[in-house]
Amino acid sequence: MEWTDQGIVLSVQAHGETSAIAEVLTDAHGRHKGLVRGGRGKRIVGVLQTGNEVACTWRARLSEHLGSFAIELKDARAARLMDNPLRLAGLTSLAATASMALPEREPHPSVYKAARAVLDAMEMAPPSSIAWVAGLVRWELGLLQELGFALDLSSCAATGQVDDLTFVSPRSGRAVNTEAAAPYVDKLLPLPGFLRPGQAVTADREQPHLVLKDIEDGLRLTGHFLDRYIFHGSNRPPPAARARFLEKIRRFRETYTGNHNI
Amino acid sequence: MSQPAGPEIDRLIQLLAKLPGLGPRSARRAALKLIKDRRRLMAPLADALHAAAESISICGQCGNVDTSDPCHICADPRRDPSILCVVEDIADLWALERAKAFKGRYHVLGGVLSALDGVGPEELSFDALLARARVAEVGEVIIATSATVDGQTTAHYIKDRLAGCEVTVSRLAHGVPVGGELDYLDDGTLNAALTARRKL
Repeated sequence: MEWTDQGIVLSVQAHGETSAIAEVLTDAHGRHKGLVRGGRGKRIVGVLQTGNEVACTWRARLSEHLGSFAIELKDARAARLMDNPLRLAGLTSLAATASMALPEREPHPSVYKAARAVLDAMEMAPPSSIAWVAGLVRWELGLLQELGFALDLSSCAATGQVDDLTFVSPRSGRAVNTEAAAPYVDKLLPLPGFLRPGQAVTADREQPHLVLKDIEDGLRLTGHFLDRYIFHGSNRPPPAARARFLEKIRRFRETYTGNHNI
Repeated sequence: MSQPAGPEIDRLIQLLAKLPGLGPRSARRAALKLIKDRRRLMAPLADALHAAAESISICGQCGNVDTSDPCHICADPRRDPSILCVVEDIADLWALERAKAFKGRYHVLGGVLSALDGVGPEELSFDALLARARVAEVGEVIIATSATVDGQTTAHYIKDRLAGCEVTVSRLAHGVPVGGELDYLDDGTLNAALTARRKL
């Protein structure tokens, strides 16, 4: 068995004294693991960093074997994101979520391509911008959809209306408009503006805190359904890296001084 | 099939094989060397192992291993108590001591945050670090974690935790190693070196 693909390094675990088991989110082969001989050596340890883009060749005698990876660096993205605490937290959150949510060896090319797009946006955004977090929220929504748990944010679950959608039912994952939500506001999840049909993250110069609140609400929304459908279903706690990222966003909102573009 | 040697020697080989860098074959070679040189090597080694096992303790202040608590670094009055260097583990502390480049005191975290290995803040000695950083005499905390995603995540976490303390937080530079040729450096290191360039 042998294939060659491109992918994003999700994690690396030491194996013995010199080797490592790398976990890569590949384009055509999904989340895949393989042994990297000498994977703890000086030459390759920089390549096997979470977020780096690699070209990998997987070989095994039988398809059910762990197999071994020959990995070559395509883009050292991790090094460029390491200095920015929020982006590094976003990167580790994405990697940990993909690692825990995606079934192994099941191709999900759209998840891979969307993850690349989020990392590109994270990297290309001006140093002070956090609009890329909205892309990360959308990636998590896409992940839920790809795994069969799509949220329906197109119309109100109660009235069928498509306007004024402001909440999401935590049970059905369907949008609810303001009027229908009124009696249950404390039980519903806020629907951030940028996830409403036809809307994007808009820089509200008058009220930047509201945009930050939207982004935080978006992460809480996807977090709720990831916990409910994916992590609880497999009896695993949600990834700690995601919780730390959410906490960073919350603190960022609380201490926002207006020095960042949103 | 019977063992080629008695159970004591077999146990010695088994224990030696557990050491890093040694497998069953090299453990047998090491055991044979010890047996051949029993007086000069085996007995002193056994005495040294016994003495170390009896006297080794973890420093209650920094987390270093030594034969006294506090360790000789924490107890040394010539060390600058105003600078704390945070390292991942004892091997890093020893590496910095070998370099003789740092004259302050250390704090050993015991690892780095790793979501996939299940290492959270509770597993590492952040609270002890915070308590030490709050002492008035400490003016700077140098974070010397690895230049890896986990190492830098830990560094940013420490910086956040130290936000309330009146200390300067710095970290080791990343870039071209001494003797390094640009042609042989990986993209990540070159990137870090360019980002951290400084005025000549």
